Formats: sequence, C-alpha cells, structure tokens
Amino acid sequence: MEFGPYLMLAALEGAVTAAVLALMAAGLSLVFGVMRVVNVAHGEFYMLGAVLAFVVAGMAGGGALGFVAALVAVPLIVGALAVAADVTVLKRVGYDPERTIVATIGILYILQQVTLMGYGPDARPVAAPFNQRIALPWVEWGAGGPSLYWPWGLSITSYKLFVIGAAVVVLAGLWVLMTRTRIGLVMRATQLDRETAQAFGIPVERVYALVFGLGAGLAALAGVLIVPIQQAHYLMGGDALLLSFIVVIIGGLGSLPGTLIAALLIGLSDGILSVFFSPTLAKIVATLLVALVLVFRPQGLMGKAPR
Amino acid sequence: MNARILALHGGLLALLLALHFLLPVYHHGNLARIMVLACYAIGYNLLFGYTGLLSLGHAMFFAAGMYGMGMPLYHLGLGAELAFLAGIAAAGGLALVVGLLALRTVGVAFMIVTLMFSQAFYLAILLAVRWTRGDEGLVLAGADRVLFGLDLTDPDIRYLLALGLFALCLSAALWLVRRPFGRVLVAIRENPERAELLGYDIFRHKLAAVVLSGLFSGAAGAAYGLMFGYVGASFAEVHFSIFPLLWVLLGGAGTVIGPFFGVLFMFYLIDISSGLTPAYMLVAGVALVLLTLFAPQGLVGEVRRRWLRWLP
Amino acid sequence: MSDPTKPGATPADPARRAALKTLAGAGAAAAALPLWARYTHAQSAAPIRVGFQMHATGIGAAYGRWYDRTTRAAARVINAAGGINGRPLEIVTEDDGTDPRRGAEVVEKFANQHRVDVAFGTLFSHVVIGSAPRAGELKLPYFVVSEGHHVASGMLNRWTLQPGITDVKSQVLAVAPFVAETLGRKVTMIFPDYAFGHDHRDFFSEAIAAQGGEVIAKLAIPPTETSFTRYFPRIPRETEVIYHVMVGPAVLTFVKEMGEFFGPSRPAIFGFIDSLEAVDLRSPGLDFLEGTYFWEGMPRYVQPDQTEFDRHFRAEVGIDENGASASDPRDVSTYAHMFGCWETLYIIKRGMEAAGYAGPQDRQKLVEAVEAMTDMPESNEHPQGAKLFNGRTHQVFGQQHVSRLENGRLDVVRTVPLEETFYPDEVDYTTRPF
Repeated sequence: MEFGPYLMLAALEGAVTAAVLALMAAGLSLVFGVMRVVNVAHGEFYMLGAVLAFVVAGMAGGGALGFVAALVAVPLIVGALAVAADVTVLKRVGYDPERTIVATIGILYILQQVTLMGYGPDARPVAAPFNQRIALPWVEWGAGGPSLYWPWGLSITSYKLFVIGAAVVVLAGLWVLMTRTRIGLVMRATQLDRETAQAFGIPVERVYALVFGLGAGLAALAGVLIVPIQQAHYLMGGDALLLSFIVVIIGGLGSLPGTLIAALLIGLSDGILSVFFSPTLAKIVATLLVALVLVFRPQGLMGKAPR
Repeated sequence: MNARILALHGGLLALLLALHFLLPVYHHGNLARIMVLACYAIGYNLLFGYTGLLSLGHAMFFAAGMYGMGMPLYHLGLGAELAFLAGIAAAGGLALVVGLLALRTVGVAFMIVTLMFSQAFYLAILLAVRWTRGDEGLVLAGADRVLFGLDLTDPDIRYLLALGLFALCLSAALWLVRRPFGRVLVAIRENPERAELLGYDIFRHKLAAVVLSGLFSGAAGAAYGLMFGYVGASFAEVHFSIFPLLWVLLGGAGTVIGPFFGVLFMFYLIDISSGLTPAYMLVAGVALVLLTLFAPQGLVGEVRRRWLRWLP
Repeated sequence: MSDPTKPGATPADPARRAALKTLAGAGAAAAALPLWARYTHAQSAAPIRVGFQMHATGIGAAYGRWYDRTTRAAARVINAAGGINGRPLEIVTEDDGTDPRRGAEVVEKFANQHRVDVAFGTLFSHVVIGSAPRAGELKLPYFVVSEGHHVASGMLNRWTLQPGITDVKSQVLAVAPFVAETLGRKVTMIFPDYAFGHDHRDFFSEAIAAQGGEVIAKLAIPPTETSFTRYFPRIPRETEVIYHVMVGPAVLTFVKEMGEFFGPSRPAIFGFIDSLEAVDLRSPGLDFLEGTYFWEGMPRYVQPDQTEFDRHFRAEVGIDENGASASDPRDVSTYAHMFGCWETLYIIKRGMEAAGYAGPQDRQKLVEAVEAMTDMPESNEHPQGAKLFNGRTHQVFGQQHVSRLENGRLDVVRTVPLEETFYPDEVDYTTRPF
C-alpha cells in the first residue's frame, strides 16, 4: 500500500483504539483523581463488561436488540459490583494506597477465576448490530489534476465509526456531569481536598463508592463497545489496564482533557508508528516514547507541576 | 549489632540449613527456589520498603541478570563463574541507566516509567530472537552449569548455594539498612523535603538504592537461570514485576526478613490451594483481600507492630 | 456458555485426579496405603500415575480444556480395557498457567511430590522448553504434545519425546506443494513474532522455494497484540497467497480484521487451523473465508470416508460431527491437535507393556522401549491415521490434511501421506546419555 493511504488507515485504526482507551482511562482517572488509589482491578471491570455483554446479548436473543440490551444493562451491573467491592473491601482498608493495590490484585484474581469457571477460557464473539465495510477513497494527483481512487484495503467498518462516535458522546456527557451538575461539583470538591469536603458536610464515603462504581461502569462500557471488534476473553483486562494506566499518567493526574489527549496520542502513535517500523520494534519505540515523555515531563501533559 | 537481631536472622539461616537435612525432596526443591526468589524480593524491598520508591519494572533487572548470565554462557561458552558476574554487572548497568532517567520522576510517574522501560526490555528480548531465542528462551546444558566445580544440577548443591546466596543477600540488606546510608533512605521515604533540608543528596541516595536493588535482583536472576537451567522471556513479563511488590507487601515492607516470608507464603498459597481446588486463583485472591484487611502491614510487619518493635 | 452440569462441557478442572481411579477395588486398595508404600512395594494393582501438565489458565487455556477432556476420555477407555500391565491408569493434573516458569515447578511437583511415573501433555512450545530441562535432570520421561520442532531440532534431551503429534516442520513440508501448485507462488506470511511463528517462517520459506515459489513478505505480529488491521497494508499488492498462522485468544479478531481489510478483492488464503482452533467457523465476520484453505492435523468435520476409528474417538471424547462438544454445539474443540493426547497415552501404554514397566526404576527402559517403536498403524489407538516414529529424533510422523472451507464447514481436499513429510534427522538422541 502507498504511504498516504497506509497512514490514513493506521490513523483510523488508532482512533478506534483511542476511543475505547479514552473511555476506560476516564474511569480510571476519575477513581485515581478523586480517591487517590490505584485500582489494579480496573482492567477486570473492562473484561467483565465484555464477558457480560456476551451473556446479556445471548439472553436477549442476540442481534441488534441483544447488543442494545448489553449496552444498557452491563455497565450498571458492573458498576453495582464495583460499589459492592468498594464498600466491603476498599472502605475497610481506609483507601490506603499500598493496601489498595494488594486488595485490588486480590479482586483481580477473584474476578478472573470466577470468569474462567463460569464462562470458560474461550474468546467469544458478539455480533455487531451493524457492520458494513466502507471502502475509503484517496486523492491522487495524476496528469489531469487530482482524482479520487479506492486504494486496496483502505476501509473501515460502520461499527468502528460508531464506537468512535459513542465514545465522544459518553465523554462529553461525563464532562457535563463533572462540570455542570451538583454531583460533579461534589466529586471535584472531594478530589481537591477530602478533609475540607467532609467538613462541609459532603458524605465522602458515599462519593467514593459512587466514583468507584462510575469508573467501573465506564470500563465496562468500553468492554461492551469493543466486544464486537475483539472477542470477550477472561485475560483481556491485563493489557487494557496497562494502557489506560499509562494514558492517565501521561495525561496528567485527574485531568479529563489530559486523559483524552493522551488516549488520542497513544492510540494514534501506536497505529502510526507501525507504518514506519516492524511491528515489534514499533511497540518498543512507542513504549520508550511514553517513558521519555514522563521523564521529561513528570507531571504529565496537562498535569500541574508537582506540589 | 544488636544481639537479638543477630540471633533472629542467624536463627532463620540456621533453620534453613537444618531444613536441608529434614525436608522431603519436593519441599527441599521448592525452598531452594524460594530462597533465590527471596533475594529478588529483598532487592525490591530495598527500593520500595526502605526508600519508598514503587517500581513496576523490576522484572527487567531480574531478566537482565538472567540473560546477562545466560547469553554469554550459551553463545560464548563463558564459564559459569564469569557468566554469573556478567549477569550481575548487566543488571547493575541497566539499573544505573534506568535510575538516571526514571529518578527524574516520583510517585505514580516513577511507576509508569519503570513499567515502560521494563516492557521495552521484554519486547527487546523477543525482538533479539537470534540471540535470545525469543519466547522459547535458552536451555542451559547441565555440563555448563558447574560453578567452581560444583554441579548445579545436584539438588543438594543447589539448595546449599541458594542458601548461601540468600544468606549473603540477607546480611547485606541487614547491614545496609542499619548503616547511616539505610537510615537516610528511610528518611527519604518518610519525608524527602526534610531529608534534603538536612543536607542529604536525595538523588544520589535514590540512585544508589536503585542500583543496589538492581544488583540484588540481577544476582537472583542469574542464580535462578544457572540453577534451574532455563533462561526465558516470561521472567521479564509484567507479572514478574508485580510479584516482588506482592511478596514484599505480604511479608512486610521495610522489614529485612519480610520478603522471605512473603515469597514463602505466596508460593505455598498457590501450591497448596492448586492441590485442593482448580479454582486456586480464587483462594489466592480471597487470601490477599483478607490479608490486607487483617494484616495491613504484611506478615512480618504485623509481628513487628504487635510484638517485636525492634525488628529491623 | 458451558453448562457445568453437563458431562463433557464442564469448565477447566485440573484437579479431578481422583476421578480416574475407575477400577474401584484396585484403586481403593492402593489408596489405603501411604504414598511411599504404594511405590516402594509396587503392588501389581497400584495405579500407574501419569502427570498431566495442563494449560488450565493463561493463554493456552482453550487448548488445555480440550487436552484435558481428551486425556480423561483416553484414560477411561484404557482403564475399561484393563489398564496398563493390569494396573489402572491414574491422571494427576496440575495447572502450569501456560507459563514456562510454573511449568518447570509442575514437573518437579510431579516427580518429587506426586511421584508420577511419567509426565505428559504439554502444548505450548515455551512451556515445553522451560520444563524439559527439569524433566531431564529428574530423569522423568516427558511426553509432550506440542507440535513444536523443538524436540526434533535436538535442543531438548533424552527424556523428552513427542510420539503422539507431528511437528511444524513436517506439517509445513506437507502443505507447501499444495500451496505452490494450487494457490500461487508469491506468498505473504503472517505469523506470531515468537518461536512457533519463526518455525513456520523459516521452514515454509525453505519449502516453498523448493517448489519454485517465493515468500515476498513476512509479517511478524507481536505477541499479545489485539488489533491487527494496521499491519495488513504491509501485504504487497502482487501477493497471490496469504499464509497465516496465529495462536492465542485474539485469533478470531485477527481473521475477522483480515477479511475487513481485503473486502471483495482478497488473494488466495491458506491458513493453519491454529488460527481458528476452538473457534466456531460460523462466527460473525468469518464469511469471507469461504473458499479458503486450511491445514488440519485431523479433520474437524466428519468426512464422507470417516474411519471407524474416528467415530470411536469422537464418541468417547464426546464430539459431534462438526467437531464441537456433543452437549453444546457452540463449544468447538481443538480437534486438529487434541488427538495427540489420546495417541500419546496409548504409546505410553504400549511402551510400558513392551518394557515390562513396574515402577519408576524402569523409567529408562520405558524411554528405550518408545525409542524402539516405528510403525503405528491406524487404529482405535491412532485415530488420526498411521504414524511412523523416529526413535533417533524422538518425533513422530503422520499424514496431513488440506481442507477447503465451504458452506461454513471444512472438507478435506488433499491428504498428504506421511512419507511426503519426512526431512533429514537433525539429532540422534539415542546417542545421548540418560
């Protein structure tokens, strides 16, 4: 494939990755920002979203209806589960950063094993509600001026476009929630200063439970959206966790716009670097780039300078 | 040095020596592994438990030791003694470079930077397939695994060498943390600003901690590869960076013997529960959650909090 | 989802080690003795213990589950027919997490804790390679079912054998003529960027060159990759054939995205069924594979010329005519590989009978007895087909199949006889010390 179309294809694929990543990372960033804990089990909520999408879509009879049912129900189920985990475990370790890491590793093991026992080790697909292949044109300057042609392989599917759109809508909704509503105000107040918030009568513990549930719900939503593209598998949470973790830190702690920019950056660079390097080398370069960005800008792209 | 501290750590080593003659063969073999892995955990604890730097990339140091030992042995026919030193040197060199870069960051950024370097290292192992044989790894022939005339395929020799390495690492760690150097590290962990105000060069102390930690991890990696005859990329994976964190937190961060008990506990938790039920990860998960709820400072940390306040 | 209440459809369960003591009387008598007594005074009725190293968790779990079911079925059938040397067969299962590090520990546990007679059943190459040195040191016969070339390449040891499944090199040699003659001579290969994929790359490049063809591009996909489209533009336009082989949980994504990339104008496609093992070929997004070809070790769908042995094998393991679980048609098996567990257990039986195996002191005799084997005729013991074992390289050879995907099912279009899959020996293990 020629260079131009290749770059466009890689960018489109990167945008899909970025969309899913942004949703997941927004959830993690919320938890990280407000509660100041690293939720190692975040990837498992994503995995649960995908796996439950398979289950719910199957129960609802499959097809477009099944998918819509999964889209609505699964984030709620996973969110509720996360609230339960918060109340029974995280609250009782007092949101201590280190103990939370161990506790959420424990939750990660539990969720993986339960999924393996109930759902099995196979990767299972959910049919997309619609999935047309859309061939894309490219402009070529020939002898008679610019002309359009359809390069071999340059295409995207309608479902992938839908994923990008859905992510944009959800993130916009989250933005409104955080900046324009009372709940958002309460969350931001808790994020800024827990003690003061408490002094002003904000029920911090309930805010924490809500935030943890909301974060998990976002991860689950990302899982539901990805499952028609990639299949649900009980180990899919690991890589997703790492990537979204990276996005959150690169974007700057607790900064939603930063998270979005970082997700775009990581998604696109992953795609575009693969144009220039052999696949494994491209991964190495992308990984080192992330490290170096942080080495030279430790607070992340949109983060404030360290206190 | 305080007599009871000496007695406790010496006692542990003496117990391990006695176990050499008592244990059934399977547990004898396990304990040899556990002691080598405990060296890795001790190295991790120096950085995390004492200096307060949470690295998510220590697998690269373990693997650097392992490959730094294995590749010269496998490709160049270097003797096991020199190869072992080469492994430690490789890990130390890597730790120096990573430390110089990563220590520009603190907190979560440090976690990510170490994680990323470690991932790049892992992928590089896969990329350099001609020398590393990728994910398959290198199988070291039994004939090459002879250290000063001692045949490492012999389980008795292996156990005693593992014990020797563990004793070395344990006493080195004990010595380090009780010296002024170790106390500065703790001061940095507790309050870096104050430590700086007191005139300590924080960066150099941290860098020294990273390099020392890398050396311990590399020694463990080189020894593990040499003793068990296999050098593989799965030792560089991210799981293998999470493990020492888990071991140290379980055993007790900032205690000298905690890492050993963390490894011991985790190893047998998996081993025993996998014999009882196929859902052993469930058991492990529940155990981790319960431990954080009821022994928040880890096993040894809890003992120190309740009974033995003098534990180093 | 699998229903745990139905037999043959239960989720992975690596600890069902007691379930196989089917000969109740003998089993109970043996179980009443302490562990050491059973083996030092090997009674004639004490079970023969086979350690099954299972990929119950990790990336190999989809295979592990079916290797487990096949193994249990074979053990049941062997026991019903009187066991080995009159002793029942007991399968001791341990999960290795598809991890070479844990694999080595599991081998140790087999030898020193469970005191098994032999270890068996490992699939993923890196786990085999991580575990085999320990098996060699512990002098434990280690029967792998991996299809990797690592055994025949000579990198392992005298105690490691692969008598139940053919290796990549012979598989590739078998299919290369078909690719060159029928599909095209300019080939682009897509494979995972690790040893298993590199074996494919190296051996196929060689084999296709010998057929007058050429590999014009090689796409190595990093392990753990989950999205693939961005790699496909590297496929040169003049490609006549795509050769793909992929393993791991993302295989379906890989194949689906390949279809979406090509759209209506795809080249000929030849794949190893590994790319879609344990995957329903009627999954959404796979329609484009209609008319493409696959290598199969053993045909997943019942063929018109089905042998009685295949029928027997399917019935005992619980597989329907489409290669799925008899109790859940959506639970697709790893049919092209799992016969290896069945056949290997029968070879262990045959070897033990030939060696007069009585206990661990006879392990060396067992290895020598297996090394002495050559012909393995097609039978209930070898349902995949006749085999020829090479005792020097510790590797078995057998027939290979090329199948075409039509109407959502695979039908064999060419069977390559085992004589066409040979290559010169690369090692003679029989000269190595025990």
